[in-house]
Amino acid sequence: MIYGVGTVSLCVILGQGLGELLGVLAGLDTNVGGVGFSMLFLILLTNAMKKKGKLGKSSEAGINFCNKMYIPVVVAMTASQNVVQAISQGMIAILAGVAACLIGLMLVPVFCRKGSVNE
Amino acid sequence: MSTITEKISAFLASNSISTTIIFVVAIMLISDFLSKKAFKGRLHASALAVLLGLAAAYVAGIFTGGTKGVADIAMFTGVGVMGGSMMRDFAIVSTAFGADLKEIAKCGIAGVKALFMGVIISFVCGAVIALAFGYTDAESVTVIGAGTVTFVVGPVTGTALKVSSQAIAISIAAGVVKSIAVMIITPIVAKRIGLDNPKAAMVYGGLMGTTSGTAAGLAAADPKLVPYGAMTATFFTGLGCLVCPTVLYALVKLVL
Repeated sequence: MIYGVGTVSLCVILGQGLGELLGVLAGLDTNVGGVGFSMLFLILLTNAMKKKGKLGKSSEAGINFCNKMYIPVVVAMTASQNVVQAISQGMIAILAGVAACLIGLMLVPVFCRKGSVNE
Repeated sequence: MSTITEKISAFLASNSISTTIIFVVAIMLISDFLSKKAFKGRLHASALAVLLGLAAAYVAGIFTGGTKGVADIAMFTGVGVMGGSMMRDFAIVSTAFGADLKEIAKCGIAGVKALFMGVIISFVCGAVIALAFGYTDAESVTVIGAGTVTFVVGPVTGTALKVSSQAIAISIAAGVVKSIAVMIITPIVAKRIGLDNPKAAMVYGGLMGTTSGTAAGLAAADPKLVPYGAMTATFFTGLGCLVCPTVLYALVKLVL
């Protein structure tokens, strides 16, 4: 089981490292796409391991354990947000944040339709 | 008496990994119960858990005056660790196990388009509202727009443009409001906007961009879609930091 958790950890370190490196190369003070690269590494690595029969049942259970921790982590994340500050900075912040959220959500079907016409 | 309560709280604080898990499990149990009994399954348990988490963070913030919600209470410092960006990213990455690489490659272009559009839309929303509230200098307008992109982009842009700390504070708040709004509104509208397949999730991640917001939003809408949404959202902040203090700032200066 710990091998599975280790596999995820290795992918996170490699992916986040690549993201940090890209950030430095782009002259930014932030990580660029680290989580995305980590996920790609994990997909590629686990697929390769499966093909070679190196991914045992218990390793898989380890990865699934991390997977199952996702919702509890999200709950802990929401409970440690700075909700007071978000509300206390006044109407500008609230209006801007909510408007950006609503317009973005409304555009989801627009972008999906566009793409499916091309296919 | 006071020594006993002190002893108890010290004991709980030194076991904060367990108190944290109990806290999270309690929230999830309550949400499960409310979802089944009070809402008859119409409101998803995860969506309720997100709401309860935010409410707890608000109440804790009022009482402690801190910035980390529940995590500012001594016995719940573990909540900050468990919900911090390190654990969040770790858990998101593990959700990619079993995700379909072909699906990701197929929707790649739609995702990238959504990503650029998402940064610009958020920026314009923030900038227009800053203008409407009487900010006229290009720097403040840019920073508030940048903060609406995500709360990391706001301060990065603010430091680059040397803006007043008040505008930066507003920009951070705008970003936090956006991510909270995404957490709450996503599960409500998910069906209506067709957010039920990998492609829509990638477009959604690109348009919304906030990693915490999309993470919680998709958890409540459909956890299977998390890796696809996270895949695009993870590039959002980087892209925002790249274009806000440069191209978008130049455009704002041109307009004002």
